[in-house]
Amino acid sequence: MQQTMPTTRADTTADLSSRLAAAAVATLLGAFMLIGVGFAHSDILHNAAHDSRHTFAFPCH
Amino acid sequence: MIRRVLFAAILAGLVAGIVVTGVQQTRITPLILHAESYEAATPPAAGGHSHAHEAAPHSHDAAHHSHDADAWAPADGIERTAFSLLANVLTAIGFGLLLTAGFALYGKPVGATKGVLWGLAGFGAFWLAPALGLPPELPGLQAAELSDRQAWYAGTVIATGGGIAMLAFLRSRAAKGLGALLIFIPHVIGAPHPETLGGNTPPELAAMFVMASLLGAAVLWVVLGGVSGYLYDRLAKTA
Repeated sequence: MQQTMPTTRADTTADLSSRLAAAAVATLLGAFMLIGVGFAHSDILHNAAHDSRHTFAFPCH
Repeated sequence: MIRRVLFAAILAGLVAGIVVTGVQQTRITPLILHAESYEAATPPAAGGHSHAHEAAPHSHDAAHHSHDADAWAPADGIERTAFSLLANVLTAIGFGLLLTAGFALYGKPVGATKGVLWGLAGFGAFWLAPALGLPPELPGLQAAELSDRQAWYAGTVIATGGGIAMLAFLRSRAAKGLGALLIFIPHVIGAPHPETLGGNTPPELAAMFVMASLLGAAVLWVVLGGVSGYLYDRLAKTA
């Protein structure tokens, strides 16, 4: 029973920092994609993603 | 950890993007095409309906809509559908990455059922709360300055998402109260609206579009939340 509780403070810190790093990378990547598809003012991006911008109710033209 | 967060989001985004394209092509795009026929048919200056405000500075004319008539746009038909599919998948992966980032911060197992709840929170933050101030728009409707609307939309998403997270995960009553306040603030500030309403699009079409967009967004978020929650737990065993 005792052997199944080996979580040392170092383990917990490593787990927390890897979770924080993964969350930060995913948030930045996700925001970058959403800004490109949904918000960028470029005409070509706007026209390509036009119907999707309207579908998801992103503010459009 | 990073592999698990990225893979769950990408696979779930692929599934949700494909599913929502089915809803979009049958229920939403036909309304957009219908609205565009009014936009193209009546140049605003010629005015099929003579409104005193037609020439107002916010007048949303056809030339403004397409930004630049020479800019590339996908041809109607299969090409337009293909680009919509691509944009839907990329949007779904983007939303999915925000969900799996939340899962990573949460730090406990998620699964399909709780994943759907996360998806509904995403629907609330990214569709419902902004739609209270800026209802989903068809092409050709009058609207306030784009940058103003984008700023209000982004602020509302962040405030609502943060507020929901505080209500769901913080224990103290003060924190929950602050979360609820955050959800309300954008609506007290109010969304930017045009000085005049109108356009050639029939109001009935605009009303149908709001409900069609609700359907599309709800399907996207429920599928995305459920599939990403399921995959996030499954990948824990391998990654």
